[in-house]
Amino acid sequence: MAQTLFEKVWEGHVVERAEGRPDLLYVDLHLVHEVTSPQAFEGLRLAGRKVRRPELTLATMDHNVATGDDTPVDPLSEQQLETLARNCDEFGVPLYATGSGREGIVHVIGPELGLTQPGLTIVCGDSHTSTHGALGALAFGIGTSEVEHVLATQTLSQAKPRSLRLRFEGELPEGATAKDMVLAAIGRIGVDGGVGHVVEYAGPAIEALSMEGRLTICNMSIEGGARAGMIAPDDTTFAYLEGRPGVPKGADWERALDRWRALPTDDGATFDREVVIDVSTLASQVTWGTNPGMVVPIDGAVPDPASFADADERAAAERALVYMGLEPGTAIRDITIDRVFIGSCTNSRIEDLRAAAAVVQGQRVHPSVRAMVVPGSAHVKAQAEAEGLDRVFESAGFEWRRAGCSMCLGMNPDVLAPGERCASTSNRNFEGRQGAGGRTHLVSPVVAAATALAGHFTEPGA
Amino acid sequence: MKAFRSVTSRAAVLDRPDVDTDQIIPKQFLKRIERTGFGEFLFFDWRKDPAFELNQPEAAGARILLAGRNFGCGSSREHAPWALQDYGFEAIIAPSYGDIFRQNSLKIGLLPVTLPADQVHELIARARAGEELTVDLESLTAGGFAFELDAFSRECLLGGLDEIALTLREEPAIAAYESSHAAPVSTLAI
Repeated sequence: MAQTLFEKVWEGHVVERAEGRPDLLYVDLHLVHEVTSPQAFEGLRLAGRKVRRPELTLATMDHNVATGDDTPVDPLSEQQLETLARNCDEFGVPLYATGSGREGIVHVIGPELGLTQPGLTIVCGDSHTSTHGALGALAFGIGTSEVEHVLATQTLSQAKPRSLRLRFEGELPEGATAKDMVLAAIGRIGVDGGVGHVVEYAGPAIEALSMEGRLTICNMSIEGGARAGMIAPDDTTFAYLEGRPGVPKGADWERALDRWRALPTDDGATFDREVVIDVSTLASQVTWGTNPGMVVPIDGAVPDPASFADADERAAAERALVYMGLEPGTAIRDITIDRVFIGSCTNSRIEDLRAAAAVVQGQRVHPSVRAMVVPGSAHVKAQAEAEGLDRVFESAGFEWRRAGCSMCLGMNPDVLAPGERCASTSNRNFEGRQGAGGRTHLVSPVVAAATALAGHFTEPGA
Repeated sequence: MKAFRSVTSRAAVLDRPDVDTDQIIPKQFLKRIERTGFGEFLFFDWRKDPAFELNQPEAAGARILLAGRNFGCGSSREHAPWALQDYGFEAIIAPSYGDIFRQNSLKIGLLPVTLPADQVHELIARARAGEELTVDLESLTAGGFAFELDAFSRECLLGGLDEIALTLREEPAIAAYESSHAAPVSTLAI
């Protein structure tokens, strides 16, 4: 029977299936970070349990780490980082600690090390685990109780989600990016449009994307409510993976390719839902509110809450505009900003940094703007420096910082002050996400870069 | 986990869509390494507003929360259900939930009841009129409306079962899977 990519991966990992029970799924790779793991390790300790497969587990430090050269983290962050190191030591879990040269945002280092591979099941105590689906893995975020379950058993009990295919038709116009595709898709289906589903992103506009672009798309699956997003592996995927430390070598590589080539959705396979999005006229997208579905094209304006037919949405829009300090009808391009953040598991890979650097090359950040670039991993940072991107950013007036989650979520010294407005390449514009009272607008790296120079929302060449 | 059978209580009402887990428990409280003590930080920023729903006298002592659609969207932080439970809530009733939040709640014995939006609205009206509601897991009813929950989650909640212990009983099946599937990656070999 014709199967989808998702079904093939799911069915290949069922350890046990029984009537009236969720499937017991095997987990191929478990990624761990400092914030959602301490209570899970403590649970193991209290029950006298071990980590079943430390060699299928990898830990890194990302959420709490300081990205400035001399900013210390607060004592609670320090305690959380030390706890992770102690737990990894005690349970034999490999850890890429800060300063190891291999650390970085968990969703950046997985693909970068070649551990994220097509057909794998990957989990992590982090909702942006959906990122790894860009390589054809089934990857989703879990809570701390489930982290403990995976550490102890290498499995998870999961009810099988429904499937949703988002087909992106047409050719992406110059200037529009993967970030704009996914923001527009969330605007279309809503922040709960994918609840209960695994999304497969497909169509010519997806096939044309680089690996980095695909990672950006899958990263934001959870912002549309879907726990996982997947993209069929193809030659772009294989070229990205070849030679990375975690992938098979020699004859094993050839065998892996044979397996991976059998993964894409079969002709005739069906999805529970399908949505088609035409990208041929897609413009840069900018969020105006307090969730990622509150988004308009850069040429648009802040909407009038009265224009929303749904009473809940109208009330949510009214609250969002109060929080964001915006008036209905204001042109997006007329909104001035205080801060620019280029980074996060959504947009901190080398291609993102190259694109932003090309925009700021030889220019200066607007005098009223504080702008920072935070590479997603130590490896991305080193690669960018080898290409001279750090000098491009610094001579334009950007801060060039060390790898980490940084201002995506404000668990570390990088935060917005109350009332500050930020153009951010991250994934969430929730109230207070980047700092209590901070106002976040989600954009692509090129829009963030151009906006840093202009002091208000704009795009390259505008 | 904490067992759940039945709760009868007044219900607090938070009738907003898309309440994300960053609001339920802001990031500065995720640095704790314990599972307990999050209740006092529940909705930390929103509670600064005297008009916030949970600050109203009628919400005091409520053990049931009536919420809007897509409640608990966003971050996977289990700290969100920990905070709700620690604050005193035992059950939530909403039209839909963020998938990870719903799963996390089930794992700790905080019952997420899903009902159609019109029934949730009726319960909100009844709660606002001062009526106490009963959520009962044995009869699968909330405020008199029938709700669904998969048999496994129900069994785990009713018994307060340790799901890891249940899975470890399947050791032969796990070992059989491992012996027939070579691990595709090794984090120790890179």
